Amino acid sequence: MPVGKTVIGRSVPRLEDSALLRGEARFLDDLRVPGVLHAAFLRSPVAHARLRSIDADTARIMPGIVAILTLEDLRPLLSADRIPLQFRNTGLGEDITPFVLASDELLFVGETIAIIVAESRAEAEDAIDAMDIEFEELAPVADVRDGLVDTAPRACTERANVYRDFELAYGDTEAAVARAACTFSLSIKQHRGAAHPMEGRGILAVPDTLRDHLQVWSSTQLSHEARFFLSRMLGLEESQIDVAVPEVGGGFGAKYLVYPEEIAVAAAALHLKRPVKWVEDRREHFLSAIQERDQYWTVDVAADADGRLQAIRGDMVHDAGAYIPQGINLAYNAATALPGPYVLPAYRLAVTVGATNKVPTIPVRGAGYPEGTFVMERALDGIADRLGLERAEVRRRNLIPGDRMPYATPMSSRSGAAIVYDSGDFPAMFAQALDAIDYAGFETRRAAAAAEGRHLGIGVGCGIKGTGRGPYESATVRIGRSGQINVFTGAMPMGQGVKTALAQICAEQLGVDATNVRVVCGDTTTIPLGLGGFASRQTVVAGSSVLRAAEDVRDQILMAAASLLEAEPTQLDLREGMVGLPGTNRRVSLRDVAEAAAGSPGYALPTGVKPGLEASVNFMPDGLTYGMGAHAVELEVDPDTGLVTLLRYVVVNDCGRAINPKLVIGQLHGGVVHAIGNALFEFMGYDAQAQPTTTTFAEYLLPTAPGIPSIDVRIAEYPTASNPLGVKGVGEAGCLPVAAAIMSAVEHAVGLRPATLCSVPLAPPDLIHAMGQARGA
Amino acid sequence: MTDTPEIQHDVTVTVNGRPYTAACVARTSLADFLRHELHLTGTHLGCEHGVCGACTVLVDDQAVRGCLMLAVQANGAEVRTIEGLAAEDGRLSALQRAFSDHHAVQCGFCTPGILMTLVEVLRDTPDIDERGIREALSGNLCRCTGYQNIVDAALAAANAIR
Amino acid sequence: MKPGRFSYHAPQTVDEALELLSTRDNAKVLAGGQSLMAMLNLRYAMPDDVVDLNGVRGLDDITVTEQDIRFGAMARQRAIERDAAVAQAAPIFRDALGYVGHLQTRNRGTIGGSLCHLDPAAELVALCMLYDATITIAGKEREKHLPMSKFPAFYMTPNVEPDEIVVGFTLPRWHGVHGHGFFEFARRHGDFAVIAAGTLMELDSGGLIRRCAIVIGGAGASPLRLTGAEDMLLGQRPDADALTAAAAIAGEIDAMEDNVYSSDYRRHLARVLTGRALAQAAERAI
Repeated sequence: MPVGKTVIGRSVPRLEDSALLRGEARFLDDLRVPGVLHAAFLRSPVAHARLRSIDADTARIMPGIVAILTLEDLRPLLSADRIPLQFRNTGLGEDITPFVLASDELLFVGETIAIIVAESRAEAEDAIDAMDIEFEELAPVADVRDGLVDTAPRACTERANVYRDFELAYGDTEAAVARAACTFSLSIKQHRGAAHPMEGRGILAVPDTLRDHLQVWSSTQLSHEARFFLSRMLGLEESQIDVAVPEVGGGFGAKYLVYPEEIAVAAAALHLKRPVKWVEDRREHFLSAIQERDQYWTVDVAADADGRLQAIRGDMVHDAGAYIPQGINLAYNAATALPGPYVLPAYRLAVTVGATNKVPTIPVRGAGYPEGTFVMERALDGIADRLGLERAEVRRRNLIPGDRMPYATPMSSRSGAAIVYDSGDFPAMFAQALDAIDYAGFETRRAAAAAEGRHLGIGVGCGIKGTGRGPYESATVRIGRSGQINVFTGAMPMGQGVKTALAQICAEQLGVDATNVRVVCGDTTTIPLGLGGFASRQTVVAGSSVLRAAEDVRDQILMAAASLLEAEPTQLDLREGMVGLPGTNRRVSLRDVAEAAAGSPGYALPTGVKPGLEASVNFMPDGLTYGMGAHAVELEVDPDTGLVTLLRYVVVNDCGRAINPKLVIGQLHGGVVHAIGNALFEFMGYDAQAQPTTTTFAEYLLPTAPGIPSIDVRIAEYPTASNPLGVKGVGEAGCLPVAAAIMSAVEHAVGLRPATLCSVPLAPPDLIHAMGQARGA
Repeated sequence: MTDTPEIQHDVTVTVNGRPYTAACVARTSLADFLRHELHLTGTHLGCEHGVCGACTVLVDDQAVRGCLMLAVQANGAEVRTIEGLAAEDGRLSALQRAFSDHHAVQCGFCTPGILMTLVEVLRDTPDIDERGIREALSGNLCRCTGYQNIVDAALAAANAIR
Repeated sequence: MKPGRFSYHAPQTVDEALELLSTRDNAKVLAGGQSLMAMLNLRYAMPDDVVDLNGVRGLDDITVTEQDIRFGAMARQRAIERDAAVAQAAPIFRDALGYVGHLQTRNRGTIGGSLCHLDPAAELVALCMLYDATITIAGKEREKHLPMSKFPAFYMTPNVEPDEIVVGFTLPRWHGVHGHGFFEFARRHGDFAVIAAGTLMELDSGGLIRRCAIVIGGAGASPLRLTGAEDMLLGQRPDADALTAAAAIAGEIDAMEDNVYSSDYRRHLARVLTGRALAQAAERAI
C-alpha cells in the first residue's frame, strides 16, 4: 500500500498568507485593465415613491462622463427587467425579485436607478450630484409589523405585504401546553444588522470582442451561479461568459447573491464595448447590500415540573425587505433552528414573511440559526426562573443525551430531507464548556468582585447548525505535465483558508506537502460546475470532492507508475512527488507519470493508463451534518451606566474532524465576535420613513479589539459518517448561542430575572431601562 | 467652474525607500494615490471615512489613515506601506512571520492597516502587554478574526523584536 | 465616496492663509483632516477651496510657562498627549487624550481642528471650557482674544468668521496642589463620548475645597460648566455627601436627545460620571 503523509489534522501555515502579508494579493479594485471605466449608481433617496422622470442632461456632458444608462437604456441588452429568483421556490409571487435598475416604483432608499460610467469614480459621483429625479412619494412600510395591519399601505403597490405564510409543526402542542406544570410566554425582538465584510462588493466586466466573450471578475461567493445569472440576463450562452474571483475580502453572506449592480455593470460593458469596474463603497454597502435585520417572536413555553420542555408554540414575523431575491430560506432556517440540541416533544411556529421598504434580507453569517437559538435559550432561562432551577441544570435536563445519536428530529430541511443529528455528545460537550470556564468556581469569583463593588455574571448557551449543504460541490484534481498538482473547484475563498484545507486534503493522498498543491477556486474557465461558499459547506462538500478525486488520481498514478516501473501498484510507494519501488532505486516522478499519461502521437499509452492524469468529482452529500457548540461567558456590568464588559468566553465546538485546527479555531473566533456585535453593538437604524439613520461606521458599531475578551476554543471531534472525511462545517457555528449567553450573564450580574432581556442588540440605556422597570414592578 | 479641467498636482513621495513622482488632482486621497497612481495596491480602502483603519500607512514614521489625507499633503514625505515590510531578499519581517505563525490573517483586507499600525506601536512601546495592544488596535476593524490571533501575533512579534 | 472637486492651497504663513480666506467665499480650512476629510469624502462638505494649514510654520508650538499653557492651533493631539511639561502642569490632558479617537487619528488631529469642529462630545473642547481658555483668532485687521465661554456660537459652529483663523489657545494654569478627574462614557474604546465629565479641585490646608471647576461634555452644543455645583462645593469637605449633592446637580442639566440616547440617559450619565470625576479629583488633591 502506498504510504501517505499526515497532512490532515495539522495546523499547516496557510498558503494564502504570503501574498496577503506582502500586500501583493489582488482584490477586485487592485485589478488593472487598460482603458477601464468606473461605474457609480444614482440611488433612490426615498423609501417609497413613483418614479416620474430622470434628468441626466447636465450630467451627461460633465467631464469624464462616458454614459448614463437607465433601465430603458439597458432593456435592449437584457432578457428581463428583473433578476430571477436565486432559489427555486413554489408559493412565492411573480413580481418579488429586484429590478436591474428601477422601473416606475422605488421601493427602498439606495435602490439603483441609473448607472453612470465615467473615466473616474470621482467624476461619476460629480455627475450623480448633477442629476435630478422627479418622484411622487408614497407611504412607506418601515416596520414589518405595521405592514401586516389591514389598513397598512402597501410596501409595493403591486402586491400585498405578506410574501409568504407558513407553519412548522410537529407533536401536539395544545395538549402539551394544557397539561404542563409550567407555562409562560416570551416576546422577543432580534435585530441582526448587516454583513460588512471589510471589502465591499465589486465587479469588473471585460468584454472581449475578438472572442465574442465577456470575462467577469467579481468579489463574490458564487462564481458559477453568477455566470448563469449573467448569461440568462444578458441573453448569452454560458460559454460566452466566464467569472473568476480575485482575492475576496470577506463575504459573510453579503456576496452570496447576484445583485442589480453586477448585471448593470456587465450590460454597460457590453453596450460600451469597454471594460467597466464598480467598487462598492461603504455607504453603498449600508444602503444596498443585503442585511438580516428584524424578527419578532411571540412564544408560549411549556415544561414539566422537572424543567423538561414539553412544547413551544407561537409565531414569528420576519422582515424580508422590499424584494425577495433569494427565497424564504432565512425565515425557514430560523424556525427550524429553534429546537436546537434539545429534546422538544412538540413545536408549532406560524411564520409570516413580510415586506418593508428597506433593502432585502437574506442570510448573513449564521443564517437565521442565531435567532432560533436565542429563542430556545431564553425559553430555557425562563424555565429556570419559573421553577427555581439552576440555569445550567435546565440545559442538562433538556440536552439530547449522547446515547440517542443519531437523533431524528421530526423536522425537515428545505430540501425535504429529514433533519437528523448524526453524531455528537451534547451533554459531554456542555460539561466541558462549564469546566473550561470554571463554572463551579464562579460564585467565589463573584463574591470577590462584589467586595470591590463589581458586578459579575455568567451565562451559558448551546446551538447546533446543519452544515455541508448540497446538492454538490465540484473538484478536479489534475497533475499537469510539469508534475504540478492542481485542484480546481467551485468552492469560493473569502478568508476562511479553504485553499489551504483543500490543498491539505489533496496533499495527503498524493504524498506531498500542502505547499505542493496549487488550488484555484471559483474560476469558471477551470471547472464547469460549482455552487459556491455559503451555509458552512465547503470543507465538507468540496473537501469530499477533492478527497475522492485525489484518491482516484492516486490510483491512476500508481497504475501508470506500475507500468513504467514494471511492478504492481500495491508494491509502490508514493511520497514527496516520487513513486518508487521500495528496496530498489527504481523511481519515477509525478512529472514522468504525467508525461506518460499525456501520450505521444502514434505510441500506445502504458498498460492500464488512461489519457491525462486527472479526476473530477461532484460529491453529493446525503443531508446535512450537524455540529453542536456549547458556549459560556463571564462578564461584568456597570449598573450605573449599563456598560457590559466581557471578561472570558469559552466555546466547545464539534467540527467532526479538524483538517487544520488553527483554521477551525479562527472560524470560531470570528463567528463568536460577529455575534458579540449582534448582542451588544450592531443596529441598522431606520426612521419612520424607512430612511436609514446609521450609514457610517461611526453610527453602526462593529466590535473592536479592546471590547473582546480572549476566547478559549476547544475543538471537539465527533466524526460524521455522512462524508468520507468525517468533517462538519464551522464557518457559522461560532455565531449561534452568543447573544443568549450574554443576555443571561447580564441578567445574572445585575439581578434581573432570567429571560428578562428579550431584545437584542442590548445597548447600555436599554439595560438601565430594564433595571429601572424591574425595580418599579 | 466645472468646465475647467481639474488642476493636476505633482506629488513626490518616497515610498518604502524609493522615490516616486506622479500627478494627481487635489481631491485624490493618499490611499488612492498609492493604489492607483503608484500601483501599490497593498493599502486598502474599507470605509473612506476614517474608521476602519484598513488604509493605515506610515507617513514620516507616524501611522495615519490614508483616506483622511490628501496625496498633495504627502508631498516630500517618507511613506511606508505593507509592501515595504519584507526584507530586500524577500524574507518576511518578524511581525509578518508572527502573523503567519498565529493565523492572524483570514481574508487579509484589514491586514495592511493593522500591520502598519503595529509597526509604530511596537517601535514606540516595545514592552507592550495584551491590554495595550488591544487598545492600540481600537482604530482597526477586522470582521474575520475576532482579533485574538492578531493580538497573539503582535505579542509574539514584540517578544521576537525585543 | 470621493470628494467633490476643489482647488487646493498650501499657504506658508498665517497672512497668506488669511488672504486666501478673504478672497474665497466657499473655502474650508484643513487642519488635521480627521473630521474634514471624512466630511469631504462623504460629500457632507463641498468647498470650492481647501486651505491647508499644515505648511504654516509656527502654529504647532506647545509652551508651558509659570502662568499658562499655550497650544498653537496646529499642535497635534499626539504631541499634547506626550508632552512632559503639559503632563506636569495639567495632567488631565493625558487622561482625556487617552479617550480621543485612536492613535492614528491623534497622530494627525489637532487641538485647533477639534475646537473649530466643535463636536459636542469632544474632550479637548471640554478641557478648554474647564480651564476657561482664551482663544486667539487671527483676522486680516487684527488678532482677537475670545474667552472660551464665547467661542461656541451654536451646534458645531464656533464664533469664527469665514475670513478668520484660530491660531492658538491659552489656558491659565492652576497653581497649588490640586487634583483632576476625567471620566467619559462611550460604547467602545475611542468612540465619541456620550457624556464626559472633567473636574479640577484644589483643597486648602484644612482639606476644604478652595477652588473647583466641573465641565460636562456631550450634553449640549457646547460643554457646560456646572457653576452651580462649583459654587456649592466651595468651602466644603469633599466627602461622599458633598460630592453626591454636586453630582445630583449634574443630573438636572438640559441634555440633548438622539436615536440611541435619551435626555434622561444623558442626565443619568452626567450624574454618575460627575460623581466619579469628583471623587477621583478629591483623591488626587492631597
